[in-house]
Amino acid sequence: MVDVSSATRGDLRLTRITKTYGDFTAVDDLSLTIPEGSFFALLGPSGCGKTTTLRMIAGLEEPTVGSIHLGTTDITTKRPYQRPINTVFQNYALFPHLTIFENIAFGLRRRGIKDVDADVNKVLDLVELPHLAQRKPTQLSGGQQQRIALARAIVNRPALLLLDEPLGALDLKLRRQMQIELKWIQREVGLTFVHVTHDQEEAMTMADTIAVMNEGGIEQMGSPADLYDNPKTAFVANFLGQSNLIKGRIEGTDGDNLVVDLFGQKISMPKSRSHAVDSSIYAGIRPEKFRISLVGTPTRGNVLTGGHIEEVSYIGVSTQYQVAMPWGQELMVFEQNDDGVPPFDKGDQVVISWEPNFTFALRGDEDVEAGTEVAPDDLDEDE
Amino acid sequence: MSSILSKVKLPYLLLLPGFLFLFTFFILPIVNLAQTSTQTPIANGDTGQYEQTFRFANYIDAFIENREQFARSFIFAICATLLALAIAYPLAYAIAFKSGRFKNILLVLIIAPFFTSFLLRTVAWKQILGEEGFVVPPLRTLGIISESTTLTSTSFAVVIGMTYNFLPFMTLPLYASLERIDPRTMEASGDLYANGLTTFRRVTLPLSMPGVVAGTLLTFIPAAGDYVNAAILGNPNSKMLGNVIESRYFRIVDYPTAAALSFTLMAAILILVTLYIRKAGTEELV
Repeated sequence: MVDVSSATRGDLRLTRITKTYGDFTAVDDLSLTIPEGSFFALLGPSGCGKTTTLRMIAGLEEPTVGSIHLGTTDITTKRPYQRPINTVFQNYALFPHLTIFENIAFGLRRRGIKDVDADVNKVLDLVELPHLAQRKPTQLSGGQQQRIALARAIVNRPALLLLDEPLGALDLKLRRQMQIELKWIQREVGLTFVHVTHDQEEAMTMADTIAVMNEGGIEQMGSPADLYDNPKTAFVANFLGQSNLIKGRIEGTDGDNLVVDLFGQKISMPKSRSHAVDSSIYAGIRPEKFRISLVGTPTRGNVLTGGHIEEVSYIGVSTQYQVAMPWGQELMVFEQNDDGVPPFDKGDQVVISWEPNFTFALRGDEDVEAGTEVAPDDLDEDE
Repeated sequence: MSSILSKVKLPYLLLLPGFLFLFTFFILPIVNLAQTSTQTPIANGDTGQYEQTFRFANYIDAFIENREQFARSFIFAICATLLALAIAYPLAYAIAFKSGRFKNILLVLIIAPFFTSFLLRTVAWKQILGEEGFVVPPLRTLGIISESTTLTSTSFAVVIGMTYNFLPFMTLPLYASLERIDPRTMEASGDLYANGLTTFRRVTLPLSMPGVVAGTLLTFIPAAGDYVNAAILGNPNSKMLGNVIESRYFRIVDYPTAAALSFTLMAAILILVTLYIRKAGTEELV
């Protein structure tokens, strides 16, 4: 029995965790601190080890090597029922033989709490489903079951709430709505949420901090804006949104800026945004940061000339252009449709420009395709 | 036009063979049995000659005369059912959750006994429980049973025989029911502060109740009416109602008593089963 109210609180620390299944390494030497009270997302494609990591935190798997601490308590080998941690399972795992009320009361009763009515009714109000208390789970829609699974976990006020792809089974519209609600509930109850997902948009919408996972390790960790604007690896640059990665060479410095040669054209970028180890780099620019202008019109910032429009796709809020560059690469450009019809046609000779501060630089030996071949919208069963 | 007609007629046509079969071989004999149960011997007639006199007291006479065998039938059947449940539940649980790639092999092994006749397998238990079998000598050596105790021709042998014979009927529904449980509900229970035992009591067992009910019924009903195990493995003092009915019919040719006992047994089983299903409340379960 766990007395959650007085149980350990504090940051969750994973220290040098490795988990192997036979020859397969699911999680490889992973260290991670999740601050108390934060909304933390573990983001990555199928098989990156994020669900295994979550299951080790929940106590459903034991690490092969490494330790897990909650505050100052070592919980590495504690059984799931001994941890002040609750999980919202993928596909909810509600108890089909119990009413909604009894599903939610389950954890409270196991902890020996006699009077559960007030607590259960409070969370039923929080998820706005008090009228369903006496129903059975099979009589509820997917979205309602999802909320009950959440209520069943948060009623225990755990030190840590784990969410394992909780919105994966919902349709897109409901998913968007639940993302906002989850975020609101997290602020309302003030618990630490650890959310596992393969959906980058979901992670960015909800989390304060995202750890991007790939092949059993963490690629990069930071706020959604940090990760998006200044990715450290090609995997992160491609997995979170889309990126144009252009092969280049650092020619020298100019104050706080680097001077970079991209196929004979000079651009500049802040030194602080370079993650290169030598002069060989990939310069990265997000498609919406580019501006397009016809040859001969004025430009500012970094400029790349010699392109022509190869493809135009009108998608409502924006228009996407493929611009063929002299060195054979096609760059992607998103222009907001805030000034009428798309002004450029296929075949137009154009100049691309952007603000130097939006440039980031990756190591020149990176695989530029990393993180693109995985389909982030696949509903994965992970490991 | 003709297609509409055939659509209306088709279900009846499909039902016809089954109906004819059951009418001839089930309904008619049952009616015949009911008639027989209230007959009385023809005055000055030969053995086995009876006339219809609607003597319902036949039922009371038959019951009072055989109440001991009646009670024994139900006690033995309940013992065999409970024993089979105790053996089959862990077995089905292990096959459903812990057997991995051996699952299919184990399931085939459960039904493998059906490859041999029920009678032969029951006769084999005489050997197994006999003086020279694998069971009696070790038990005597260990001092668990005395030198003079035998296991054949005992009530114990009858119950063991029934337990063995009906074990697959207990195991298979239990397996089917356990196998349907989403293992994540058990993980969720552990996650919600229930230890292994509590998870079993609060989640696994309630979710497997349809299997428990089906398995116990499939064991109890045939066990209560069984006479083969008592005939082969028992003694005159371990006779069940099935043995009485058999001997009334084929040895004493007392057809009315045998028929009355058959109906009483059917009614008793029906009442018990109805009460049991009400109590178990299976309709509440998914």
